[in-house]
Amino acid sequence: MAQTMTIHFKIWRQSGPDAKGKLVDYTLDNLNEDMSFLEALDVLNETLIHKGEEDPVEFDNDCREGICGSCGVVVGGIAHGPMKATAVCQLHMRHYKDGDTIVVEPFRAEAFPIVKDLVVDRSAFDRIIAAGGYVSVDTGGAPDANSLPVPKNDVDEAFDFATCIGCGACVASCPNASASLFTGAKIAHLAHLPQGQAERKQRVVRMVDQMQAEGFGDCSNHGECEAVCPKQISIAAIAKMRREYLRAVFG
Amino acid sequence: MTLEAHVPSGPLAEKWQHYLDKAKLVNPANKRKHEILVVGTGLAGGSAAASLAELGYRVKVFCIQDSPRRAHSIAAQGGINAAKNYPNDGDTVWRLFYDTVKGGDYRAREANVHRLAAISNQIIDQCVAQGVPFAREYGGLLDNRSFGGAQVSRTFYARGQTGQQLLLGAYQALERQVQAGGVEMFPRREMLELVVVDGAARGVVVRNLVTGELERHAGDAVLLCTGGYGNVYFLSTNAKNSNVTAAWRCHRKGAFFANPCYTQIHPTCIPVSGKYQSKLTLMSESLRNDGRVWVPGAAGDARAPGDIPQTERDYYLERRYPGFGNLVPRDVASRAAKVICDDGFGVGATGQAVYLDFADAIGRLGESRVRERYGNLFEMYERITGENPYRAPMRIYPAVHYTMGGLWVDYRLMSSIPGLFVLGEANFSDHGANRLGASALMQGLADGYFIISSTLGDYIASGGGSGEVRASEAAFDEAANAAEDRIRRMLHVDGTKTVTEFHRELGQIMWDYVGMSRNREGLLHAIDAIADLRADYWENVSVPGRKDALNKNLEFAGRVADFLELGELMARDALHREESCGAHFREEYQTPEGEALRRDDAYAYVAAWESTEDAAEPVLHKEALSFEAVDLSTRSYK
Ligand SMILES: Cc1cc2nc3c(=O)[nH]c(=O)nc-3n(C[C@H](O)[C@H](O)[C@H](O)COP(=O)(O)OP(=O)(O)OC[C@H]3O[C@@H](n4cnc5c(N)ncnc54)[C@H](O)[C@@H]3O)c2cc1C
Ligand code: FES
Repeated sequence: MAQTMTIHFKIWRQSGPDAKGKLVDYTLDNLNEDMSFLEALDVLNETLIHKGEEDPVEFDNDCREGICGSCGVVVGGIAHGPMKATAVCQLHMRHYKDGDTIVVEPFRAEAFPIVKDLVVDRSAFDRIIAAGGYVSVDTGGAPDANSLPVPKNDVDEAFDFATCIGCGACVASCPNASASLFTGAKIAHLAHLPQGQAERKQRVVRMVDQMQAEGFGDCSNHGECEAVCPKQISIAAIAKMRREYLRAVFG
Repeated sequence: MTLEAHVPSGPLAEKWQHYLDKAKLVNPANKRKHEILVVGTGLAGGSAAASLAELGYRVKVFCIQDSPRRAHSIAAQGGINAAKNYPNDGDTVWRLFYDTVKGGDYRAREANVHRLAAISNQIIDQCVAQGVPFAREYGGLLDNRSFGGAQVSRTFYARGQTGQQLLLGAYQALERQVQAGGVEMFPRREMLELVVVDGAARGVVVRNLVTGELERHAGDAVLLCTGGYGNVYFLSTNAKNSNVTAAWRCHRKGAFFANPCYTQIHPTCIPVSGKYQSKLTLMSESLRNDGRVWVPGAAGDARAPGDIPQTERDYYLERRYPGFGNLVPRDVASRAAKVICDDGFGVGATGQAVYLDFADAIGRLGESRVRERYGNLFEMYERITGENPYRAPMRIYPAVHYTMGGLWVDYRLMSSIPGLFVLGEANFSDHGANRLGASALMQGLADGYFIISSTLGDYIASGGGSGEVRASEAAFDEAANAAEDRIRRMLHVDGTKTVTEFHRELGQIMWDYVGMSRNREGLLHAIDAIADLRADYWENVSVPGRKDALNKNLEFAGRVADFLELGELMARDALHREESCGAHFREEYQTPEGEALRRDDAYAYVAAWESTEDAAEPVLHKEALSFEAVDLSTRSYK
C-alpha cells in the first residue's frame, strides 16, 4: 500500500484581481505518495468544503496529462514544481517527503493578471497567436498532402517547437516576464516548414510587436524559461525569433 | 413522429456529391448578415468556426477553458485515419468505410460513414497546408502506421500528440479569424441553456465563469460542438471539464438523445491506484502493435512478472483470437481483460490489471527502436506509476474513453430542433456501437471543415433562422431564469456531501452496472439507485461560494446534476436494447464462446430518446438502419 504522508501547504489566496492576496497555511495528514499534486489539492478542497469555513482553492486544470496547458502554478519557487519536463498536473507526491512544507503560488507577470487564487488570465497568448501565428490558408483548395515533400529533419525540428502547450511557465519563470520562448516557439515551428515561408516576414514582425504591446518584458538570456518548460522547448527558439526578426526588418 | 434522416437518394458513393449539387447557397454578401453561435472549440468547433468565418458568416464562439486551444481534443494521442493509400497496401475509400461500419457493429448510418471516409483525404490535405507537422519518411513524404486492428496502414500521426497538432492547426485558423474580425471569441463561458424561438434554435444562455454573469446571445443557428460525456463515470480518460451539460440542456429542450448507452471502454489505460484518483490516463492503442497482453496462468499467482516462466503465462488475446491477437478491436480487448480479472487472474495490488509486455519487442527491435516508437508513452507511464516499463511489463486496465452516443442528427448534422446542429463527439452519428481508433479526429474535422459549411448554408438559404430575434425576448428571459434558478437551488441546499462525492458514487454505479458488461437485473438496480442518488443530491449537496465569482465547484455541481439525469437514460437505453452489439454487451445475449450476439431482426435501429417531464418516461423513437451496400455479418476476429 502507498505510504501515508503529512504535508504542510502554504497557498496563495486572493479573492479577486484587485484584492490583496496572502499565503495561507494548510496541513493535510491523509495524502499518499501515489497521488498527483493536483489530487492533493483536490483533497484539500474536499476538506475545506466539509469544514465550511473557507471557499475551495481555485486552480486551472483540465487534461491532467501535461498536454492542454491549463494547469500552471509555482511550486516551491519553481514554475510547475521541481520535476524536469513535467507539468504540475503530472507531478506526483512521491517526490515529496512526509512532513515537507510546499509553497504554492500563481504564475506572476504583469501580462498575466490574477483572476482568483492560483488562476491567472493568459489571454495575451491568444492575442499573440492571433497576430500571425498561422498559415493563412482557407478551408478547401489545399493540394494533395504529398505534393510537397518536407525533409524529415525539418519536420522533426519544427515539431520540437510545435509541442508548446501555451501554459505560460516560461513567462512566470523569467525575471523579465518575457514571452519570448512562447512566441519564438510558434515562429520557429512555422519558419522550419515550407508552408510557413510565404508569410515568414510579416508573421515574426506582427507577433513580436503584439508580444511587446501585451506588456511582456524583453529577453536577456537568463534561460530560466527553457529550464522550466514542461515540453523542454529549446531556447534556440528565441535565437531563431531574433534572426527572423532582423531578417524581416533589415533583410 | 418519425425521424427523417434526410439521406440523399442515389448510390451510396454518390450521395454526398448529390447533396452538394443540390444544396442551396447563401449569397456571399448575405453571409455577413447571419450570426452563427458555435459552442465548443475542440476539433469540431474550432474547425467549424474558422471555416464559417472564412466564408463570411459572423461567428461567436464559446468555450469553458481560458483559451480555445485547450479543448479536450488536445489530448488525442494516436492518430487520424484517411484513405490516401500512400503505402500502396490496398486501401480505398470503400475499405475505410467498410471497416468503420463493421467496427461499429452495424449500428451506424451507412451514408454518413461513407461520406466520412470520402472526406478523410481532404482533411489531411487541409491540415498539412496549415503546417501540421505530421510524421514523415526520410524521403519527405508522409508516414502512415496501422492502428486499432486495421489491416492497412492508414493512420497519420504526429508522434504521440496528434490531437494536439491538429487542434493547434484549427485553433490557429480560428485565431486568424479573430484577428480578421469574423470570429468573436468568448472563453471561460459555459452554455447553460439553449433558446428556442418558434421551434428553431435561436440563441444560448452562457455563464461568464469569471464574473458569474448570465449572458444572452442571439443567432441564426447554434452549432453544438461540446464533446463527449464519458465523465458520467467519474473516472475516465476525458479531461476534467468534459461534460454533458450543453447537450443535456438541449435534450431537455427537445433534442433527441441517440444511443446513450454506447460507451467505449478503452483497453489500455493506467489502472486505478486509489480512492482519491481523479482521472485515468490512456496509454495509446499503438502500444498493442508491439506489446503482448498476458496474465499468469494460475489465478492469484502473486510472483513478480519476471519470475513467471513463459509456459505459465496466458497470452489470452492471442489464445482466443489467433487471427488478430493483440490487435482485436477495443470492445473485444476490454471485455476480455475484464473477464479474465473477474475470474481472479488479474495482477497488481487491486487485481484489476493485466500485463502489457514489451520484452519480446525489445528483444526483436532493440531498446532504442522501442524508445523511438513509444518513448513519450513510456515516460508518461513511469511518471504516473513510478515504474520503468523497459524493465517490467506495464500494468493496464480498461477505462471509459469515448461516447458513441450523443444528440441525434440527420444527414445534415441537424438535431431534432431545427437550427441546432451537432458536430464531433457530441453527436451520435458515425461510429455505431463501437468506434475504431483514429476515427474521432477524422469525424470532428470532417464535420467542422467540410460538412457544416454546406449543410448550414442550405439551412440558411432555405429560410432557416430568418427573422430578427432579440436577446430581450421572452424565450431568452425564460432560459436565463431557468439557468439562474438551478444555480440558486444548488447554492441553497447547503447539505453535507460534496459534489465530488456524489459524482464518484454515480460513477461507481455506472461502472458496475452500465459498464463493460450489463444485465437486466443490474440495469434495473442502476435505474433505481441513480434516481435515489439524484433525489439525495438536491437535498444533501454542499456547494460553497458565490454565484457572482469564479467558482469551479459550482460549475461542477451543475454538470453533476446533469450527469445524474443522463446516467439514468443510459441505463434505460441499455436495458431496452436486448442484444449485444459493439461496446454494448448484454450478458443475456452472447454466443456460446462468450462473444456479442447481435439481433439484427429486432435492433437494427438508432434509439433516439425524447425527454419528457418525468425522467422515468422518456419516449423512444426509432430510426431504422438499412444497409444497402454492406451485408450484416458477424464480426469475427478469430
Ligand atoms: C486521451 C484520449 C486520446 C484520444 N486519442 C484519439 C486518437 O488518437 N484518435 C482519434 O481519432 N480520437 C482520439 N480520441 C477521441 C477524440 O480526441 C475526441 O473524440 C475528440 O477530440 C472530440 O472532439 P470534439 O471537438 O467533439 O470535442 P472536445 O475536444 O471535447 O471539445 C469540446 C469543447 O466544448 C466546450 N464545451 C463543452 N461543454 C461546454 C459548455 N457547456 N459551454 C461551452 N463550451 C463547452 C469545451 O470547452 C471544448 O472547447 C482520444 C480521446 C482521449 C480522451
Ligand atoms: S492540466 Fe493539462 S497540462 Fe496540466
